[in-house]
Amino acid sequence: MTASHDTFSEKMADAAIRATPEPLAVRVRGLSDRAIAWLFIAPTIVLLLAINIFPLFWAIYLSFTNFRANRPNAVVQNVGLGNYSRILNDPDIWASMQTTAHFVFWTIVLQTLIGFALAYLIDRKFRGHAFWTTLILIPMMLSPAVVGNFWRFLYEPQIGLFAYAVSFVSGIPTSDIQMLGNVHLAPWAIIIVDTWMWTPYVMLICLAGLRSIPDYIYEAAEVDRASPWRQFWSITVPMALPFIMLAVLFRGIENFKMFDMVNLLTGGGPGSTTEVASIALKRDAFEAWATGRSSAFAIVLFVAVFGLANIYVKALNKVKQR
Amino acid sequence: MLKTWRPLLGAAVVCGSLGGALAVPQAAQAEQLTLCWAAWDPANALVELSKDFTAKTKIDMKFEFVPWTSYADRFLNELNSQGKLCDLIIGDSQWVGGSAENGHYVKLNDFFAKEGIKMDDFVPATVVGYSEWPKNTPNYWALPAMGDVVGWTYRKDWFEKPELQKEFKAKYGWDLAAPKTYDQLKQIAEFFQKRQIDGKTVYGASIYTERGSEGITMGVTNVLYDWGFMYENPKKPYEMQGYVNSPDAVKGLEFYKSLYDCCTPPGASNVYMVESADAFKSGQVAMQMNFAFTWPGLYKDEKVGGNRIGFFPNPAEKYHFAQLGGQGISVVSYSDKKGAALQYIKWFAQPDVQAKWWQLGGFSCLKAVVDAPGFKTSQPYAPAFLESMAIVKDFWAEPSYAELLQAMQKRVHDYVIAGKGTAKEALDGLVKDWTEVFKDDGKI
Repeated sequence: MTASHDTFSEKMADAAIRATPEPLAVRVRGLSDRAIAWLFIAPTIVLLLAINIFPLFWAIYLSFTNFRANRPNAVVQNVGLGNYSRILNDPDIWASMQTTAHFVFWTIVLQTLIGFALAYLIDRKFRGHAFWTTLILIPMMLSPAVVGNFWRFLYEPQIGLFAYAVSFVSGIPTSDIQMLGNVHLAPWAIIIVDTWMWTPYVMLICLAGLRSIPDYIYEAAEVDRASPWRQFWSITVPMALPFIMLAVLFRGIENFKMFDMVNLLTGGGPGSTTEVASIALKRDAFEAWATGRSSAFAIVLFVAVFGLANIYVKALNKVKQR
Repeated sequence: MLKTWRPLLGAAVVCGSLGGALAVPQAAQAEQLTLCWAAWDPANALVELSKDFTAKTKIDMKFEFVPWTSYADRFLNELNSQGKLCDLIIGDSQWVGGSAENGHYVKLNDFFAKEGIKMDDFVPATVVGYSEWPKNTPNYWALPAMGDVVGWTYRKDWFEKPELQKEFKAKYGWDLAAPKTYDQLKQIAEFFQKRQIDGKTVYGASIYTERGSEGITMGVTNVLYDWGFMYENPKKPYEMQGYVNSPDAVKGLEFYKSLYDCCTPPGASNVYMVESADAFKSGQVAMQMNFAFTWPGLYKDEKVGGNRIGFFPNPAEKYHFAQLGGQGISVVSYSDKKGAALQYIKWFAQPDVQAKWWQLGGFSCLKAVVDAPGFKTSQPYAPAFLESMAIVKDFWAEPSYAELLQAMQKRVHDYVIAGKGTAKEALDGLVKDWTEVFKDDGKI
């Protein structure tokens, strides 16, 4: 069937070529498959080179110079590994990396736990589960700029609903509940907002994992009199694990470069308490205009994310192969 | 068919050519200048004022206003990328060094000489602050456009309540009135902190604490200058050790933190111009630190304006200074309409235009306006503005100002708001950061 179909296609193609005016047909006939393939993908490759690859190599070049974008007329000097050495020995940069690590770790832990729990509940298909699924998904559909702004109001000590809710439960006066102005609470304020916004995303991926587990496996386990607890740990978790790991990978990469929400909520403050790496990078690049140094910082971040993601993907593949 | 269409086609070509020919002088008449500035009350006044320029010259004015939080980012990017968006720019005072050295602004000396515009006709502090680079040399890159300075507003109606006056006098031994020194200001702020007035909890003072742009620096310098902080050794430029971090400067920084800790409203950890004005307008605070440009708007406010508001210059301590704000107007060197832009500056420098500028809510820097006999009584905030403009001091205006500013924002915010380390460590760190910047610049 397939062979005859192919023959038919070839006949049709030959007919089309014959019907094409001679000079054009000759030109098309003169192109090899490989040439036609290149013709089709060339625009994409040119765009990719212009938008992704060239800036990357340009940033690598700049990272070895003292170039400053705000001094276009200044002489650009090669500083060798000076920018890298300065970055890797700068305690402020390390502090921002620690802040980023704290943020990434806790958001991933909370989002995975809550997201999986929600997916598990939704997967029970109780009455009205479709409505609840839609409701839960709303936060991730909002713009981070909107989320950042309205949570800033929610956290307001004097007028914010969050402060009122905490005050109602704990009895602490609202004026003492300063989520964004308190050094100890500000990092958690951002973690709460990110968890609120992105847990539904983790839930969706986990839900896909749970729904991919065939029912007959559970039926077989029940025949073997396996308890629900045993079924959960021996069937549900291992089979959903690749999906959970995928969600962790996506959220990890996203949160490693988190900028907008932190910028809107705290601007990196109080002090430098919530100054994650991307905020520090933005300040260096577009406020201090240290273009060369910030390029080096960007390359360090890129290598860190790329390296960690690669290690993680290898682990993910191993889990999938089990 | 073609024959039928030929006469019509010919007529269309003739009409088109005629139309094109007629359109040329129209296009020349409809010249348009774009003026870039921050989005704030004085910008609206400038829009109103510029209508006279358009009426006189037939040059349309287009305005590009950006909120303060992104003003520097947006326009410095524009200048650095040699963009043609702005023909005229009212750039911040600290930009003048970088913009002059990097060729962003047109040097105006020859133009001023040709048009008879004299810098002696403007308030000296504004000429140094907004126009000159290098400072204190007759090299002009801008015309002083909008005088501004950090000062204070207070709730006159609260200060005049007899029961509060009595209680205050009994507690502190002096009459409750606009403070002359920072010690007095702190006592007043403590007195009002968490007090119930008209059934509402109010707080002492709103001060600048913003981290992202320049807020906390523009606030803390008012205190630091008064305590004795200096940017450098007056006899040896760029020598900062012992001047930036002098024992007096350390005491000043400690004072600012104590003021933040004792007497600001809850959640005031990221306050700049808008937030401070909002705190005052909503009746939260007894006193408010803010740039003078906010005063006309606050005076007109229905809830806190009129007889309820008073104005005073930055209080003194060991010395008496105030942080300079404000901007000069410059011609962007990448503009294709430099001639028309210079025409605007010539028009703007005229005394009658400057007088109208003040009436509309702008802050003129022309001596003929501010030294006029009726100026002090022209607005209730005029005396405080005049007094403040006489004591101004500005942040670095070096080409590296952005990096210098960022270092100060970080060091001061870390100490004052986050409580990290000591004031001495913060200022020592600042000397280290600034020394590094100047070393990179090859200035030390």
